[in-house]
Amino acid sequence: MSEQSYEPNMVLSTKEFDVVGKRPLRHDGVDKVTGRAIYGADVSMAGLMHGAVLRSPHAHARIKSIDTSKAEAHPEVRAVVTSTDFVDPGDKTVDLGEGLTRLAYIRNNVLARDKVLYRGHAVAAVAAASLHDALEALELIEVEYDLLPPVLTAPDAMKEDAPLLHENLRMMEFGRPTDKVSNVSDHFRHEKGDIEQGFAEADLIVEREFDTSTVHQGYIEPHNTTALWNNDDRIHIWTSTQGPFTIRDTTAAILDKPVSQVRVTPTEIGGGFGGKIPVYIDPVAALLSKKSGHPVKIVMSRAEVLEGTGPTPGSHLKIKMGVKSDGTMMAAQAWLAYEAGAYPGAMVVPGGMCVFAAYDIPNVTIDGYDVVVNKPSTAAYRAPGATNAAFATESVVNEIAEKLGIDPLDLRLKNASKEGTRRADGPKFPRIGCVEVIEAMKNHPHYSAPLDGPNRGRGVAIGFWFNAGLPSACNIAVNPDGTITLVEGSPDIGGTRTSVAMQAAEVLGLPAEKVSPSVVDTDSVGFTAVTGGSRVTFSTGLAAIEAARDVRDQMIRRAARIWGVEEDGVDFEKGVFHLKNGTENRMTFSELAEQIATTGDPIVGRAGVNPPGVGGSFSGNIADVEVDPETGKVTILRFTAFQDAGKAIHPSYVEGQMQGGSVQGIGWALNEEYFMNAEGKMMNSSLLDYRMPTSLDLPMIDTVIIEVANPGHPFGARGVGEANIVPPPAALANAINNAVDVAMNRLPMNPVAVMEAIWGKNGATD
Amino acid sequence: MQWFEYARPGTVGEAVRLLSEHGEKACVLAGGTDILVQLRGGFRTAEWVIDVKEIPALDEIAWDEASGLTIGAAAPCYRIYENEDVKKHYPGLIDAASLIGGTQIQGRASLGGNLCNAAPSADAVPIMIALEASCCIAGPNGERTVAVEDFCTAPGKNVLAAGELLVSLHFPAPKANSGAHYLRFIPRNEMDIAVAGAGVSVVLANGNFASARVALASVAPTPLFVKQAGDALAGQPVNDESIQRAADIAKQAAKPIDDMRGTVRYRKHLCEVLTRRALHVAVERARRNN
Ligand SMILES: Cc1cc2nc3c(=O)[nH]c(=O)nc-3n(C[C@H](O)[C@H](O)[C@H](O)COP(=O)(O)OP(=O)(O)OC[C@H]3O[C@@H](n4cnc5c(N)ncnc54)[C@H](O)[C@@H]3O)c2cc1C
Repeated sequence: MSEQSYEPNMVLSTKEFDVVGKRPLRHDGVDKVTGRAIYGADVSMAGLMHGAVLRSPHAHARIKSIDTSKAEAHPEVRAVVTSTDFVDPGDKTVDLGEGLTRLAYIRNNVLARDKVLYRGHAVAAVAAASLHDALEALELIEVEYDLLPPVLTAPDAMKEDAPLLHENLRMMEFGRPTDKVSNVSDHFRHEKGDIEQGFAEADLIVEREFDTSTVHQGYIEPHNTTALWNNDDRIHIWTSTQGPFTIRDTTAAILDKPVSQVRVTPTEIGGGFGGKIPVYIDPVAALLSKKSGHPVKIVMSRAEVLEGTGPTPGSHLKIKMGVKSDGTMMAAQAWLAYEAGAYPGAMVVPGGMCVFAAYDIPNVTIDGYDVVVNKPSTAAYRAPGATNAAFATESVVNEIAEKLGIDPLDLRLKNASKEGTRRADGPKFPRIGCVEVIEAMKNHPHYSAPLDGPNRGRGVAIGFWFNAGLPSACNIAVNPDGTITLVEGSPDIGGTRTSVAMQAAEVLGLPAEKVSPSVVDTDSVGFTAVTGGSRVTFSTGLAAIEAARDVRDQMIRRAARIWGVEEDGVDFEKGVFHLKNGTENRMTFSELAEQIATTGDPIVGRAGVNPPGVGGSFSGNIADVEVDPETGKVTILRFTAFQDAGKAIHPSYVEGQMQGGSVQGIGWALNEEYFMNAEGKMMNSSLLDYRMPTSLDLPMIDTVIIEVANPGHPFGARGVGEANIVPPPAALANAINNAVDVAMNRLPMNPVAVMEAIWGKNGATD
Repeated sequence: MQWFEYARPGTVGEAVRLLSEHGEKACVLAGGTDILVQLRGGFRTAEWVIDVKEIPALDEIAWDEASGLTIGAAAPCYRIYENEDVKKHYPGLIDAASLIGGTQIQGRASLGGNLCNAAPSADAVPIMIALEASCCIAGPNGERTVAVEDFCTAPGKNVLAAGELLVSLHFPAPKANSGAHYLRFIPRNEMDIAVAGAGVSVVLANGNFASARVALASVAPTPLFVKQAGDALAGQPVNDESIQRAADIAKQAAKPIDDMRGTVRYRKHLCEVLTRRALHVAVERARRNN
């Protein structure tokens, strides 16, 4: 490996296949580039009404009264709804894929009941003949509020005298309910070894505190939904979502209907990154449809997306690590407080799973706190919780390397997790690629390239995401022209129609172009969990493999029948059926497909899977920056992203994920933040002021795909959608530190923050 | 956004008549890149929207060696930075016209709109002040002229009275050995609002500054003309010390606020950095211009 000569965007491949690992054109490509693909905002039908949502102008207030009578009297208004139109869920809990949640939390987030808990919290909604009418009618709704003091950060919300968001929220501690009413909904702890002993044996201890701001996924397509409550009480929803079945189940729970009465059609999706898993407007549109007797469509504005949907938590973290003078890590302690936003569930659990995952450390303690604050209820965002944690851990690791005079990648290699390493939260790693990723970074010419010029610096960091399995279903039908139709339930966000189709094609010895994949509605395919956790290529891919094998076996039986032999007399290889006994009889897949109709029943393969063999993915970055020491502005000169894909099913899409994740990590690192005023108003709820990077802010991001096969997948695939966002903030902090010698312990590292750090170092006063 | 009536007058007289008739209920539409955003966002309401793009005087760009440059108030940025005369004689103006928004915005955005919108952050205004531009205003009582530095009165407010229309901006012909530059600081590299900006012009004579003008963006309720900074350069030798002194005066003159785009301290500091850097570029340009 050290002899490897690197080229841009390369794959360090270990195993070759016929279809898997190639780069066929994506099946949905033409529709996407010609604008024909149907997104949620394109959905239209006869009698369509337009919905709009009234949102709270206050971050924390009790709702005294809502008077909708004037809006109802508006001539163009067809329906007005508030939370009283929902069935009261009482104490009911539901499991919507992420453990038990109180239904009331979800329901009250969709339309506030007694209190508004953040500015942007939905309060009421209107359906009217046009959007203008609907917006006009919103202004006619009178809401009386009793203002309450807002609390906006985890450290503030954890204070004894902090204003309480939920008067009935009792803290869970170490997995058990307590009597303590608090903004802390959960405190958990993971322990391994003896932390005191570990620190006592260390020669060097580094302890630092970090803060990260609330950031949004920033998908370009805003949330949208169209709902039709039919006269037979069946509800059909067309929406942009990562999880049509999640929308179905949640909407059914909120509306108190059986799931079979709700049908969800996922439209094309313009990005989600975890933010299009929760339900916001679907039940609202459904209620408006019921009341008005019309289909109702709601499309959020950008400000609504930023203020009213789930960003990812801001956090306050403390990391303490102890090492021997040779770099051996002896002990590590983490204290993680993540802001859940208005309702419990801050992604601190996955943060705790990832915070030290890259290192084999004998003594570890991890404390996690899930803290509610007066900000939008948070949602998943690409490796949720892990980026915050890695920013802290990796910064401390870099500081240790510097203090010990050890190369930062050597320090990581020395302590890297391997097969058999046990994480503090329990699981023991199967075969993973942590070492291989770090080695690829070390061997890459970027790492040894000269970096001349003042105020320039290079930084490194690594990251981990464990990835998910979860259920997926798939059906495959064989067509007489030798093609197959593949039906799946995973919305395609990153090219998964093709990466799933390719796996079926590999099994059947077909080119990818002979597979026609479609993503269908919840009535047309078996239960499939969300497109999230980097699971689609892995899990839905496995379902496609199983369904293709089912097709293959049925085709073998058919060939055997045609040839008048026993099943085990037929072999199938690279798309050709032939007799085992050496005679000349052979049929291609197409030739056999053509005969299906005349030789028996149609051939339909099917599979439902809930696979255990999930493979986690490690990633790493090398980043070069130049800092303007007079303005604090950081320019990225060069950026190389590394990631273990197990097997890159379609390398272009893996590269796309790596580049996209890097860009989001860079935005999070340098400029993105929810800038809140003291009253809890987001001051930058537009894409002008919520500063995601534009193309001019980024270098070309070079990728190196590492392939350490996942033993849990026939082709070795690991999920690749998430681990790539984890290292950029820490890598850039390290690069800035090397450029201008300042420690950046807070995100974003925007020009003001960097300048203040430089002033702090120089002791400047003015 | 409310329903509104739309009118597209073909002459200045017609526009003034409509504006006088509808008073507060009317607003002018040039490129629309500010006003449409404000109407849609509900920050502003109007019953009449008067589109002035079709009026020839508001669309022309005319250069004359003796009298200088006249730019119609509604002429879009792309026509300004593609104009050969402007490119040759007013590169400082090109700096601003080519960084407002992005390519799409520049297809519509005008200098008149940038000025009339009266944002402290307006990127074209400091350089117009530095270039000694003046505003030609038409109204029910005839025409008047106002210096650009006197045009904005508060955030979103300007000197236009009811019924008045900004027709054009006039730039005197550049003096020999003169140079100008606009420098803006934003955290990103496009699509951002100035955290601070500095527009400067200099005239050189025999190795000294003959005169100079400095104006700042985003550090006061209006675009800020810092007369003292330019005056301090007049008669001084062209060197780092004199430039630094002017930059320090600009920093002292700035009266910024803390907001999501920057802190008071940071913005004042930027005024010093940007003024200094912009003056160096302007001097370079002036030297090339002899
Ligand atoms: C995405 C985006 C990016 C932007 N980036 C920048 C930037 O980088 N820098 C910057 O400075 N600005 C920026 N802007 C703001 C805007 O583009 C500029 O201020 C532009 O110059 C406005 O010109 P306009 O012709 O579009 O004005 P309009 O929107 O048509 O008008 C602006 C205001 O001036 C009034 N008005 C216009 N013409 C006249 C007239 N002749 N007489 C009297 N009143 C008049 C209008 O009534 C309105 O109040 C941006 C805007 C957007 C949407």
